[in-house]
Amino acid sequence: MKPQSCVNIKKEWDIVGARQLGREIAKKIGFGIVDQARIATAISELARNIYLYAEQGQICFDVIDTMEHKGICVTANDSGPGISDIGQVMQDGYTTSGGLGAGLPGVKRLMDEFDLKSVENKGTQIKTTKWVR
Amino acid sequence: MRIPILKLHHYLLVSIQTEIDDHTAIQFQEDLLSKIHKSGSSGVVIDLTSVEMIDSFIAKVLGDVVTMSDLMGAKVVLTGIQPAVAITLIDLGIHMKNVPTALNLEQGLTKLHQELGE
Repeated sequence: MKPQSCVNIKKEWDIVGARQLGREIAKKIGFGIVDQARIATAISELARNIYLYAEQGQICFDVIDTMEHKGICVTANDSGPGISDIGQVMQDGYTTSGGLGAGLPGVKRLMDEFDLKSVENKGTQIKTTKWVR
Repeated sequence: MRIPILKLHHYLLVSIQTEIDDHTAIQFQEDLLSKIHKSGSSGVVIDLTSVEMIDSFIAKVLGDVVTMSDLMGAKVVLTGIQPAVAITLIDLGIHMKNVPTALNLEQGLTKLHQELGE
């Protein structure tokens, strides 16, 4: 694994910055145009969640390039309020912000691997991976 | 940054060419509604040919602006949604069922003509 690059999420515009950098990395790894859009959209949802619910955090990218596997790992970290009911946030249509409630279940469908860890009042880490097919 | 809205006879034309952040999207919503109000336009085409991704927030803003314009009495058609964007939206679980769409600007204008009977 190469050293990771991270984008701090503090302002609304950082959401755009994160998805642009993510798309650039995905393109370099060799993802096709549809997967680039999937990855950029997933990053956008993760970054917006940080901005909306935790105020600040980080989106980090790792390039995975081994003999068997090539892919991108996107990790969202924040030290916000955490998620009290993970089952609930993974339901389509559940929202507390007046959005479409498509965010996290959507990210899970857009990416190949999805791992959510959250501790109330401590923060949330969401690690997702997409493999080049 | 503001998205330009052009007037063409009794229609409004919008081509979104830049990466949209949340603020620009909300600003656009307000700008479009006030332009409909001022110009008395009966139809709007929003062309998304250059848009490379639509996330749930932008989808909500676009869906809402269609409904809001409809309330005011103007018909909105979204055109030029890229294959990758369509695939991603469905993956996200966003179907935008009540939103009129067309393949491109030309067909969007034809659709408006037909629906508005002009």
